[in-house]
Amino acid sequence: MNVSEVLGRRDYAIISQLIPEGARVLDLGCGDGALLAWLKENKRVEARGVELSRDLVQVAIARGVTVYQGDLEASLADYPDQAFDFVILSQTVQETRHPLVVLKEMLRIGRHAIVAFPNFGHWRVGLNHLLSGRAPKTGLFPFEWYDSPNIHFLTVIDFEELVAKQGWQVDHRLYLSGPSVVTALPNWRAEIAIYLFHGPA
Amino acid sequence: MIAETQIAQFDSLTLDNGVTLRDITVAYETYGALNEARTNAILIEHAFTGDAHAAGIDHEGKPGWWANMIGPGKAFDTDHYFVLCANVLGGCRGTTGPSTVNPATGKPYGLAFPGITISDMVRLQKLLIDHLGIPKLLAVAGGSMGGMQVLEWAVAFPDAVEACLPIATTARHSAQQIAFNETGRQAIMGDPDFQNGNYYGGALPARGLSVARMVGHITYMSDESMREKFGRRLRDRQDFSYGMDVDFEVESYLRYRGNQFVGRFDANSYLYITKAMDYFDLASGFPSLAVALERARSRFLVISFTSDWLYPSYQSQEIVNALRSRNHDVTYCELSSNYGHDAFLVDVGEQTEIVRGFLARCVREFRSLEAVR
Repeated sequence: MNVSEVLGRRDYAIISQLIPEGARVLDLGCGDGALLAWLKENKRVEARGVELSRDLVQVAIARGVTVYQGDLEASLADYPDQAFDFVILSQTVQETRHPLVVLKEMLRIGRHAIVAFPNFGHWRVGLNHLLSGRAPKTGLFPFEWYDSPNIHFLTVIDFEELVAKQGWQVDHRLYLSGPSVVTALPNWRAEIAIYLFHGPA
Repeated sequence: MIAETQIAQFDSLTLDNGVTLRDITVAYETYGALNEARTNAILIEHAFTGDAHAAGIDHEGKPGWWANMIGPGKAFDTDHYFVLCANVLGGCRGTTGPSTVNPATGKPYGLAFPGITISDMVRLQKLLIDHLGIPKLLAVAGGSMGGMQVLEWAVAFPDAVEACLPIATTARHSAQQIAFNETGRQAIMGDPDFQNGNYYGGALPARGLSVARMVGHITYMSDESMREKFGRRLRDRQDFSYGMDVDFEVESYLRYRGNQFVGRFDANSYLYITKAMDYFDLASGFPSLAVALERARSRFLVISFTSDWLYPSYQSQEIVNALRSRNHDVTYCELSSNYGHDAFLVDVGEQTEIVRGFLARCVREFRSLEAVR
């Protein structure tokens, strides 16, 4: 069965395609464990998750996912080096307090990192800001400035710049607008950017 | 279903302190049926003053201490699992302890009973599991002191346990936990009827034992649960007595629970078992808890409760973080409850859901003993 039909999230569908059979996977901010449960069932991965929300953790445990209830940023230090093949951070990097620390830790504990984030460079975000004169509010960023969980805003160009500066090697980059894959002008047209990368050789 | 307490006999057990204890009796109960492959056995570990009667009802109609968690359709579903629970070594509910007659003297051991540890308790349980012909347990589960035994199982017999469920517990007793236990012990030993432990056949150290139990009960509840249950309500009166009679509902409750306890628990067992808890330190002899847990091969479900101040969540998190640092398969959840340490016994709704899901996975992913080797 198609993963996006099951989980209803296009970024999950892409991520599930990136992960090979039997991999060791850590999902940071795993929510109710839907992606991990799917990966366990269909890819026989060794799945682990971290999630802060008590209610979501209980759902994840009830469906048989190994999950640690705690703050993801505080949880990273305890994992040993290279414990995982893939460490996933799906639409959460913009909510972390120290994104660079998180990304570096992901590459310490995992051989590869998969990061999906909402692209703040999308034309609708820019247009919304330009026309309203307010902090942008769109389908992708639906929150008021005072109750948004997002504390760091980044664009495709921003992320590319960081990757180059850190010397990380990108294995895959994928851009999504709704259900479709974007190939040209991703900084303007991508709603979600997904990167699979690893540390410098 | 009527639960029958059964008895197993063992010739001897050499304890951590070097003493060999002889002619040991273990009282246990079982619920559900062992499957043909013998892969569905779950050992339940009771807390400090618990006993083998964990589920069903006994001949007097009394339900087991975890009857809300164990039974058909419950978290530990006896339609699927073979569940067993044994009274601990040093106990007074059928298993050999200080109130047992010493074969060497023909009199109860009293304080001549050797000092015991959590590890001794677990080694005796392993004899029982071997005696019942169970090569590998699907799970070992328990709260409080039961959780300490679960952790001990994980490191003492790593290949014999598929899954460990330490609940509301710690890998080592803290100074505060030892302090509460010592207060209880002093109350007992300060009772004139204690007679250096030789009170059998005479007056029991009832005052001391009941005060010890009162202290215990306070630590099992939370500020909030006591406020909800008793508040400042007066007991059968409109005004203060201005004397030392019972004024408050909470006084009456504690006195009642204290007195009731004297009828079912042996003061010497109280002393020995609290000492065993105080001695417990899983990391003892290792550079760290993480190193101690390195040898574990089980999957873990660790549960703590928000209002539990006797075994606070940080102690569970220490266990979880040590396990994570060795890349063990560990699931952790801090459940929300107002019931304090008692939560694992009484507030079982959410606990049931996660235990059920976790166990189902452990069945799916069960690694037979042969596969492990």
